[in-house]
Amino acid sequence: MINDRRDVLKCLGVGAGTLFTLSGGVFSAFDMAEAQPADMGTPLFLQISDTHIGFNKEANPDVIGTLNATIDAVNAMPNKPALVLHTGDVSHLSKAAEFDTASQLLSRLSAAELHVVPGEHDVTDGPGAEFFARFGKPSNNRGYYSFDAQGVHFVALVNVMNFKPNGLGALGDEQLAWLKDDLAGRSASQPVVVFAHMPLWTIYEPWGWGTGEGEQIAALLRRFGSVTVLNGHIHQIVQKVEGNILFHTARSTAYPQPQAGVGSGPGPLVVPPAQLPGMLGVTMAVADKKRRVSLLDSTLS
Amino acid sequence: MNSRLFGIALLTVSAAGLYSAQAADVSVLIRNFDYSPMELNIAAGTTVVWKNLDGEPHTIASIDGMFRSPALDQNDSYSFTFNKPGVFKYICSIHPKMKATITVR
Repeated sequence: MINDRRDVLKCLGVGAGTLFTLSGGVFSAFDMAEAQPADMGTPLFLQISDTHIGFNKEANPDVIGTLNATIDAVNAMPNKPALVLHTGDVSHLSKAAEFDTASQLLSRLSAAELHVVPGEHDVTDGPGAEFFARFGKPSNNRGYYSFDAQGVHFVALVNVMNFKPNGLGALGDEQLAWLKDDLAGRSASQPVVVFAHMPLWTIYEPWGWGTGEGEQIAALLRRFGSVTVLNGHIHQIVQKVEGNILFHTARSTAYPQPQAGVGSGPGPLVVPPAQLPGMLGVTMAVADKKRRVSLLDSTLS
Repeated sequence: MNSRLFGIALLTVSAAGLYSAQAADVSVLIRNFDYSPMELNIAAGTTVVWKNLDGEPHTIASIDGMFRSPALDQNDSYSFTFNKPGVFKYICSIHPKMKATITVR
């Protein structure tokens, strides 16, 4: 039960280590300090995002260092997930050397399987040759694909290669048709996890924080009992619950960005060095015995 | 007599060199998620030089596919010479809300 204002703030993700459980669309918050490991459920996957290898400006002169620190922290966890989902902007400028370094660093994660979707920084060369050469295999270089793991249906989407004139991301007709087909006939009781780089719901249209077909995508997902939508791009946590769908954007491991509308645009946000680790992090997903998916956001410090 | 003729010939060659000089480069700055100036009017044969001043990378991607820069980091430049007349709209492929137009006469 949410008893006082402090609990409400915890639910909003202010404060690291807050565990949420989504049960039939109702949020319950648990203080991590009180929850026993057994209550946490089985680690399902790690969401990591916006590593921006190649970035070297004031907001974080050492993105490799902060990524390594993040990986060390994940590897030190007693219960590690078998899956890692990277929600894009692996590199900063789509350069081969950046992708090579990122791949090397990410391979240090003890998790068995890495799944990656591109961010707009990964495909600045148009067709995304360097990105797809490294990460295109599961999707035959289309960028979008699906797979099942531990009873959960995972869907990887690309919304950075087909921008709308209003600046929002987009899937495009072909991918939207594929998604409809992929979800059709699936049991509504199977948990679904969708991951893509740009937010799949409109957070702030003036900065392009959204996806043109967001409403159509939500319509396809609404009938399922448990849906988790994971995005990156905005380098901060913003969440929304709509029925059985939990929408969640992750922090970056590289640098923070301003909140919506604060400043001239969604560029790197410079903060005092001591504050930086508290604004970087990853998200762990756990599944309980009823296969309900919960998200745990943690920061570097 | 010979030296005077030589002098005149030299002058003619120099003048021809002046007439075939290129138009000066025109500069567009990318600053605070905007192209500045957003509307540009130039003569055919002009080279436009873009420079990114933002901490966030940007690109120059023409809508019709005629020109496309790589990702420009802070202080990187990109140039393109517009040889044919026309109206050319372009955007940043990373932040597609950023728009600008170049009109070439």
